[in-house]
Amino acid sequence: MSAPARRAAMLVAIVAALAIGAAFLKRSDVYLLTLTMVYLMATFGLNLTVGYAGQMSLGQAAFFGIGAYVAAIALKAGVPFLAVMPIAAVACFVIGLALGFPALRVQHHYLAFATLGFNVLVYLILRNEEQVTGGTYGISAIPRPTILGVSFEGHLAYFHFTLASLVALGALLWWLLRSPWGRAFAALRDNPIRAESLGVNITAYTLLAFAIGAACAGVGGVYYASLVEFIEPGPFHFSTSLMMLLAVIIGGSGRFYGPVVGTIIIILLPELLRGSSHEALKFMQKWYLVFFGLAVVALMVWLPGGIVSLADRFRRRSTS
Amino acid sequence: MSDRIIEFDKVVAGYSPSLTILNETTLDARRGEITLLIGPNGAGKSTVLKTLFGILVPRSGEVRFEGRVINGRSQRDLLADGIAFVPQGRNLFGTLSVRHNLELGGVTLPRRDLPARIEEVLDRFPRIRERIDNQASTLSGGEQKQLEVGRALLLHPRVLLIDEPSIGLSPKLVADVMAMLRGLADAGTTVLMVEQNVRTALKYSDRALVLEMGRLALDRPSSDLLADPDLNRLFLGGHAAAASGAAA
Repeated sequence: MSAPARRAAMLVAIVAALAIGAAFLKRSDVYLLTLTMVYLMATFGLNLTVGYAGQMSLGQAAFFGIGAYVAAIALKAGVPFLAVMPIAAVACFVIGLALGFPALRVQHHYLAFATLGFNVLVYLILRNEEQVTGGTYGISAIPRPTILGVSFEGHLAYFHFTLASLVALGALLWWLLRSPWGRAFAALRDNPIRAESLGVNITAYTLLAFAIGAACAGVGGVYYASLVEFIEPGPFHFSTSLMMLLAVIIGGSGRFYGPVVGTIIIILLPELLRGSSHEALKFMQKWYLVFFGLAVVALMVWLPGGIVSLADRFRRRSTS
Repeated sequence: MSDRIIEFDKVVAGYSPSLTILNETTLDARRGEITLLIGPNGAGKSTVLKTLFGILVPRSGEVRFEGRVINGRSQRDLLADGIAFVPQGRNLFGTLSVRHNLELGGVTLPRRDLPARIEEVLDRFPRIRERIDNQASTLSGGEQKQLEVGRALLLHPRVLLIDEPSIGLSPKLVADVMAMLRGLADAGTTVLMVEQNVRTALKYSDRALVLEMGRLALDRPSSDLLADPDLNRLFLGGHAAAASGAAA
């Protein structure tokens, strides 16, 4: 079996195991898994912006929030879920273009601060525009989808629905990254000056990567709103953007599976440690943030390519 | 049609208003020839190529391609006009495969034309065909240079600008690259080359333009300059006028 076929088979096995195994998990664990997948939609998008197009963004939580609020308002108004999803994605894509057009004139930490400023602005709007967003009281009783008569109201049904959607989004991004667009993104990241000398329109491609990343976060926001059924501005603070960026970087930015590993570590691991009643892990419950911080520092020093780059290291070592 | 495909007419250009490199530079390159730009460091050789390829915009003077002024045109437009540029150093995208690097070279082409153009390049560079699915960073220095030139040729350029193609290559590979450029010129592509490895480059080029302090100091057939006993002095701190006088 060829390496790509082996990888595809492994992926199918993992997805199948998740789909079947979730039935045997506690409700809270299923919720956590669903939450991880929802954040993964946003970090997949951020990986496109940061890892493939080489742009630093600290505004992903703002797009996540815009998607969530668009969904909350539209779903409560009776708009079907299948219509809400493209509306939120297009809204975030357009806002991403509008923000990116001026912001992408600067790069690196300047761009990070420009996007951070945008996140703060969105957060303030969500908190203060009470008539639309509910302010700090938020929006409650957000319905879960019913599609073609099939209800995804139950926690397990919604988990399966989110899993299927995540696989579809992942497949779409996989195709995108292997298309000429994806190669242009990689060229931008590796050497924008050289890319331009080949005729790659670096402004257009950078903007496109940023806007697609924003749209992914918007889609994640839609699923988040339906998952938690109540939203308020807190989860869309810029600290969430930092957390998403951390997930991409510790997993391995610019690597397809980097955000998968990173998001699991950032979202799932702390919750599992905190919620565990196992005797050996009780110590970790109090100190997990300290250990987590130290682990991230160590990781960045010794494994700057992220956890997924470990596989390359082992491969190089075995061939040398 | 004039033999002069590229013309610089009193071009002033530099990297900032306070740093002028080309100082009313006037020079030309002729159709189907290899024109070699040589001179000491800081003379403006690479700046000529960057100005020609739109990376720098002239502050005054005219840059002409086939008689048309191209000052300030975008790199994308210049590629469409038929000018390709292979900059100094490593220009490949190391994380991508050889095929994907080639495809990036054809990003401005209609999608349907790309496979045939890639085949043309692979026919010209069989060694690259053998490595087509390898990661570009695993290619040897000579193979990488072949790929860079092949990628530039995808667009069927009429003018190829190439900056220091011999950097990092062994003498054998330098000769291979020069022979490849000679073959291109013989097939009708105009080559404008900057090269520090002067003696080798003179053997393969038609004409040599010596730049000093951003001005053209000497314009001679390469064979004349190669036979000049003052060649070493010229490039080891001497003045172009010395070589010019000695050869006259």
